[in-house]
Amino acid sequence: MAVSTRRLQKELTEIKTNGTPVGIKLLQADNFESWFLSIEVLGDTLYQGEVFALKFRFDSQYPISAPAVQFVVDDYYKAPVHPHVYSNGHICASILGSEGWSPVLSVISVCITLQSMLAFAKERKRPPDNDGYVIRARAPENPKKTRFVYHDDEV
Amino acid sequence: MSSDYELSDNEYYDEDDDEMMYEDDDGSASEMDVDFKITPSAKPKSYEIEYESLTQPQVEKLITQDVEDISGIFGVEPDVASLLLRHFNWNKERLIEKYMDNATAVSVAAGLALPEKAEPSSSRSRSTGSSLGLGIRRATRRNTAEQPKSGKTKILERVSPPADDQPFVCPICFDDSQTKTLSLSCEHKFCSECWNTYVTSKIRTEAEHWITCMAEDCKLVATDEFVKSALKDDAKTFARFQELVVRQFVSCNKNLKYCPYPSCTHTVSCPAGASKSALTTIVPIVSCGANASHKFCFGCAIDADHRPVVCGVAKMWLQKCQDDSETANWIKSNTKECSKCQSTIEKNGGCNHMTCKKCKYEFCWVCMGPWTEHGTAWYSCNRYDEKASIDARDAQSRSRASLERYLHYYNRWANHEQSAKLSVELYAKTERKMEEMQITSDMTWIEVQFMKKAMDEVFKCRMTLKWTYAMAYYLAKNNQKELFEDNQRDLERAVEELSELIESSIDPESALALRQKVTDKTVYVQKRNEIMLEDTANGYLEERWNWNIAVDGFDEPAEIAI
Ligand SMILES: [Zn+2]
Ligand SMILES: [Zn+2]
Ligand SMILES: [Zn+2]
Ligand SMILES: [Zn+2]
Ligand SMILES: [Zn+2]
Ligand SMILES: [Zn+2]
Repeated sequence: MAVSTRRLQKELTEIKTNGTPVGIKLLQADNFESWFLSIEVLGDTLYQGEVFALKFRFDSQYPISAPAVQFVVDDYYKAPVHPHVYSNGHICASILGSEGWSPVLSVISVCITLQSMLAFAKERKRPPDNDGYVIRARAPENPKKTRFVYHDDEV
Repeated sequence: MSSDYELSDNEYYDEDDDEMMYEDDDGSASEMDVDFKITPSAKPKSYEIEYESLTQPQVEKLITQDVEDISGIFGVEPDVASLLLRHFNWNKERLIEKYMDNATAVSVAAGLALPEKAEPSSSRSRSTGSSLGLGIRRATRRNTAEQPKSGKTKILERVSPPADDQPFVCPICFDDSQTKTLSLSCEHKFCSECWNTYVTSKIRTEAEHWITCMAEDCKLVATDEFVKSALKDDAKTFARFQELVVRQFVSCNKNLKYCPYPSCTHTVSCPAGASKSALTTIVPIVSCGANASHKFCFGCAIDADHRPVVCGVAKMWLQKCQDDSETANWIKSNTKECSKCQSTIEKNGGCNHMTCKKCKYEFCWVCMGPWTEHGTAWYSCNRYDEKASIDARDAQSRSRASLERYLHYYNRWANHEQSAKLSVELYAKTERKMEEMQITSDMTWIEVQFMKKAMDEVFKCRMTLKWTYAMAYYLAKNNQKELFEDNQRDLERAVEELSELIESSIDPESALALRQKVTDKTVYVQKRNEIMLEDTANGYLEERWNWNIAVDGFDEPAEIAI
């Protein structure tokens, strides 16, 4: 059995027995290639009442290599307007890059990180280079192919 | 990797580091000049730079020297010395200064030792929220190591399965049948399989030589010995790891540059081309010892011979070609552009009232002036001479004239580029011709080599010509530019004549005459190319060239004369 499969099975079992943290729901985990989870930020924040969906994609190297994570953008879900989130759903977060990722992190811990990223947002704004990245530069389909220069370390 | 010191990635050795200079056993390979009277002169030409090629073992020797020095001075293991040097981008002086000042702080910053007391996690802000807490611990709660023992600086530790009844469960793969674990001195234990996959992926996929512990936020770094044991018998990946260390060493030393050709592991040492100021007087084209065709520029990122134009101008030209290559720019000549946002507008109806789709600016198609000034004179423009309209038209024709000027140079540039690309076919064709000649006339294999030599020369000169057009585009209009273009014209004419000769058909009777003609022409072309390169190179030294645009390192253009 591939390590990624065993690992994801373990994470799934844990989710099913212990549940997910507040504001995080498992939407779909039918296979070990891609999962969908929803997140919302509770309390008095800029994203009150909004629900976002996250798409996780795993390769056979998971969890040694980070999963590809992005916000779902379709008829139903939109990407949160946030200085680190592009309008196509790609996320600029060091935790998802090779330097910030640690194999001990998990799907749920990524969700929690992104949840708190939204919770601490001070303004609803797209990254300054959003148009350049999404439209002109033709962002790659898989966000892992992008070498993000992480915006400030604050938000 | 991060550092607590203000040490930028671009920090290099001080200039006085001349132990970098290396004795080489022999110079460049001698060319096959069988049929020609031209003998390469011994003294370097003004367009050539001195350099040496080093093999990877030669560079490794330099690395070992530095590592042994530091190991001796600090009294640490060579593995530790190597990591310290890598952390300091091989800046030995700086490392010594900082280490003498506070060895513990340096060791912690370099990921060689754990901090004395655990940092409060909130101070470690990362881009994605700092108060992650809970969930992360949750997945790893039971398995991550207890509080690391502080003050311990042992680097490598192999841990056998715990003696107690609790079986070890690797917090990454959750495989409880794994019995072998590895950990750095932080004692974050993971199974050896996971370490193997992790280290392999860091080296193979991420080309990383700085491999830290797998635990979240643990900055401890793996020594070469640890890397080796994690990789087990994978000698190939370990060799790749060593190559990555060499690459880092080379990139930190401004006198060295790694050969950019795929899978080549040679390094070139070129102190004469290492300073920024040198780049205004010479084009430091070098080639590595592995293969004479591995030509690249020591001064910039262009992996080809871009003589005679200096790096700064060559870079500018390539950027311009890239920016202007989009179709929109070609369309420009057939369309007008909005005088407000410069986006292209095509007229698709009879009405002169235009609205720019992009910025909503309204203007008149006939006079290009703002529509608001047309008052009630709808659809019949009578404002052709109003100031606003003249200005708008001027801007338009200026931009078109500049586009045409650019196209003049670009087309010639692209033509030589294209011809050079076709040379592969031409070489094949010429080869067939050479075989034919051996059969139809009485020439031997060595006697027909003049054709190949001519081909080589044509190819080389087309490269020179190509870059002369980039240079001419940016040269300010004056006598010097005229002389430059005279040389360019002479070379171009000679090259075209030689090309034609090579491609002409041969009948057995005239084969000998053709041989004479081609040989003479080749010598002539060679001479013209020499003149072109030499005169341009001398011009840099004599500061004869003026640009029509600001170029890094050169005087500002006095007046823009295009
Ligand atoms: Zn494991
Ligand atoms: Zn650790
Ligand atoms: Zn090479
Ligand atoms: Zn260059
Ligand atoms: Zn416009
Ligand atoms: Zn008008």
